[in-house]
Amino acid sequence: MKLELRGITKRFGALVANDHISVVVEPGEIHCLLGENGAGKSTLMNVLYGLYQADEGEILLDDKVQKFSGPGDAMAAGIGMVHQHFMLIPVFTVAENVMLGHEPTTFGDRLNVAKAREQVREISQRFGFDLDPDALVGDLPVGVQQRVEIIKALSRDAKVLVFDEPTAVLTPQETDELMLIMKQLKETGTSIVFITHKLREVREVADKITVIRLGKVVGEASPTASNEELASMMVGRAIELTIEKGKAKLGQPALVVDKLSVIDPIGQLVVNNISFDIKEGEIVAVAGVQGNGQTELVEAIMGLQSKVTGGITLNGRSLVGRSVREVLDAGVGFVPEDRNEDGLVSEFTIAENLMLDRSNGEPFVKHGTLQLATLAEFAEEKLTEFDIRAQGIGTHAGNLSGGNQQKVVLARELSRELKLLVAAQPTRGLDVGSVEFVHTRIVEARDSGVPVLVVSTELDEVVALADRIAVMYRGGIVGIVPGDTPRDVLGLMMAGEAPSGGKAA
Amino acid sequence: MSGNEPVDRQLPNISPEKATREPGQSGTASEPERSRWNVAMREILNGSAMISLLAVVLAIIIGGILIAVTDENVQATAGYFFSRPGDMIAAIWNSVSGAYVSLFQGSIYNFRRPGFANGIRPLMDTLTFATPLIVAGLGVALGFRAGLFNIGGRGQMLFGASAAGWVAFSFAGLPFPLHLIFAVVAGVIAGALWSGLAGLLKATTGANEVITTIMLNYVAYYFVYWMLSTQGLLQLPGSNNPKSPGMLPSAVLPPLFGQQYSLHWGFIIAILVTFFAWWLLNRSRLGFQFKAVGLNPDAARVAGINVPRMIVYVMLFSGAFVGLAGVFQVLGTVTTGFSAGIDAGIGFDAITVALLGRSKPWGVFAAAVLFGAFKAGGFAMQASQGISVDIVLVVQSVIVLLIAAPPLVRAVFRLPKPNLLSPLKSNKTQGKKAVVTK
Ligand SMILES: Nc1ncnc2c1ncn2[C@@H]1O[C@H](COP(=O)(O)OP(=O)(O)OP(=O)(O)O)[C@@H](O)[C@H]1O
Ligand SMILES: [Mg+2]
Repeated sequence: MKLELRGITKRFGALVANDHISVVVEPGEIHCLLGENGAGKSTLMNVLYGLYQADEGEILLDDKVQKFSGPGDAMAAGIGMVHQHFMLIPVFTVAENVMLGHEPTTFGDRLNVAKAREQVREISQRFGFDLDPDALVGDLPVGVQQRVEIIKALSRDAKVLVFDEPTAVLTPQETDELMLIMKQLKETGTSIVFITHKLREVREVADKITVIRLGKVVGEASPTASNEELASMMVGRAIELTIEKGKAKLGQPALVVDKLSVIDPIGQLVVNNISFDIKEGEIVAVAGVQGNGQTELVEAIMGLQSKVTGGITLNGRSLVGRSVREVLDAGVGFVPEDRNEDGLVSEFTIAENLMLDRSNGEPFVKHGTLQLATLAEFAEEKLTEFDIRAQGIGTHAGNLSGGNQQKVVLARELSRELKLLVAAQPTRGLDVGSVEFVHTRIVEARDSGVPVLVVSTELDEVVALADRIAVMYRGGIVGIVPGDTPRDVLGLMMAGEAPSGGKAA
Repeated sequence: MSGNEPVDRQLPNISPEKATREPGQSGTASEPERSRWNVAMREILNGSAMISLLAVVLAIIIGGILIAVTDENVQATAGYFFSRPGDMIAAIWNSVSGAYVSLFQGSIYNFRRPGFANGIRPLMDTLTFATPLIVAGLGVALGFRAGLFNIGGRGQMLFGASAAGWVAFSFAGLPFPLHLIFAVVAGVIAGALWSGLAGLLKATTGANEVITTIMLNYVAYYFVYWMLSTQGLLQLPGSNNPKSPGMLPSAVLPPLFGQQYSLHWGFIIAILVTFFAWWLLNRSRLGFQFKAVGLNPDAARVAGINVPRMIVYVMLFSGAFVGLAGVFQVLGTVTTGFSAGIDAGIGFDAITVALLGRSKPWGVFAAAVLFGAFKAGGFAMQASQGISVDIVLVVQSVIVLLIAAPPLVRAVFRLPKPNLLSPLKSNKTQGKKAVVTK
């Protein structure tokens, strides 16, 4: 089905998120939308999906003007969408979420959950996804929730499919599978809109690329353009895609993890007897496929896991058994992997979120009273420093674009005096320019002597940042290798194969 | 908090000319006045304050219809409506306007009475009724803001009233302000502890506070009833009735404007408490943490906030406020001794008041005064017009119904739809919070 957006304008108060945007997607075309964080991509897609009403402009399907007053209308017209901010109901199971909105029924209008379950199984098989149809969505990690979103959209046989940053939380293998599926769908005439910040993906699948900047279409790019060309078109200036990183000046071992094991609340051994250390001024990256214990390792360090055995010491002080507050007070900065769930309060303003984990004392609290002037000044400063695109410090975090939300979390954690930085997926959802900025900041932190633990499922990120790489598989560490280890070796290690040279580095 | 900073850091694209600006550069809005009005208008139209106001208006209209159809004159004239429609219209006008005029005269100012001092008496009654509702409403609202549904107002009021009452009728010989302060503090602590118990159960075992507070209401009622029927505890010595002795004068809240009015110093305390609640929620560290826990407990935990402890604190504060309402009942409203019905349903009305006030301290204050007016005026309406006081209850109930369904109010008044989603919220809020606050 041919999709045409004609002159779409969407305002939020004084802010023009979409400014007369026109895009045509031909049947059987994969159309990539590229743009910085806050450029207006998700807004445009939410207009298409009927979640927002456009202030101006029209939506045409096969040259017929459409009128969507809600997602129901859009779905009925054959549009499916994978949202950046998931639209799943946490207390429903995977199957129930997938069938929501077009529930299959059996005789007498009873819900046919069995059929939905079957559908989930069938699609996840096609995809190579490992999904339990009966799991509660609220209990699943983000990466898995993303798969549920994708399956939900695919199960409806939509004629126009929108993918809003589906790959931000997928593993490289899953991403490859998804791109295969997209190509298959395209063969059958489905029109696809694909939003991503990863240029490699763009180049791999895009037939056409539209670049949006500051709410406007700034032009089309060819899929054969180089990374640098695409990036500079998005940002409006030339940017470095690889950061300068000098040699690490190593100090004393600061974080020492010794024979650490973690048993999660349902009684599974999720981290199995691992040991490593991070020296002052060193970045250690934990690589691995999502769900191999990285999350729990980080949670154990932060005091968020209760059943922890073994030792974690920071500069000689044990962190095991301490409360989150005590760990934070020991100088640990923490970027959680799921910003919506654990990093932000969406109904709080940017300023309030910037003090979220510093509400226990100075400078933002004195004598039990919030120091609003101090906070406002601090927030204004961070808004500029981290280039957070928002109307002001009073904007609710929930109204920010995904990448800008991530920047709020980073701004908060990187603005403290740190003894250790723990960053899980620090650049998830960031545009290329912001990734460069955040990586630079992390390397700066390292150079000032802070030990850094980065957890990333993104090999590019691991390679760009790490001085040493620890690869996790099934709760254990397969090996710790130098930062310049070739990717194919890392790939094998992520599948559980120990490196040939034994434990290097 | 710092919500309405002047918009001097504009987002990329305020106006087409500015769209080419480099990111990070600041500029001023092209038409600051207009856009600010625009924002203000939207805020008002979509905002909760407007919904609350329209809910009240709509409820009053529905109340009017009910008054009209139940009025005997209207029914009689309806029989010959087609021959003389004027009669019926006049009858409707008479009944409805009569009812609402008497509601006004019963709750704000009575023109029929001679002199200002007499005329203003209904307003004094309204504020007297409002006084316990204000503090109880604040208690419930505080819970809402922290994501907790405190339905235990009744039990907390009963314990607050009993503790304050016991101090107030015992300890003869304590001098005036001291005895009063002692009684008030005792009541507040009793309310806080009773509610804190529900908080503790939730924090330690995860027991749902809705269920525990309801159950604790029953426990409190029968326990207080038993104490009121037992000599040597709360019962009036030598009596067989489940009723306490009268309060000693040294522990009674003095009248605010002289003996002729019922209004007492509790009202001033209620105003101060409203200020305090505002400060607590908007300016204090504790309030910040309460709200964080209420809005996103996971993020609060990761940010080093001790969520179970906050739940206990919230319930303690909430119960302290509600307990104060019980104190006002025994030391202000009825000082001649209390029975187990002293809560007068305020613990439940407080939920409505908190909802109508959108859980904002001054909103709760205004809503409580409105409900005080309904109460004072309802009696007057019944006395002068013979209209059942139940009509007022119907109006109150319709208000609750309408607040619970903002889309209905929007549909009736054809207000614009708010945006269907606000990114983060859509994922998080469902299923996690019983009541959307703020
Ligand atoms: N509901 C809303 N209310 C107010 N402003 C909003 C709302 N939704 C989005 N915005 C603003 O509109 C702009 C565009 O946001 P959008 O989410 O479309 O960006 P995006 O291009 O998807 O960015 P990202 O790559 O970070 O996801 C942002 O500046 C954002 O703050
Ligand atoms: Mg987006």
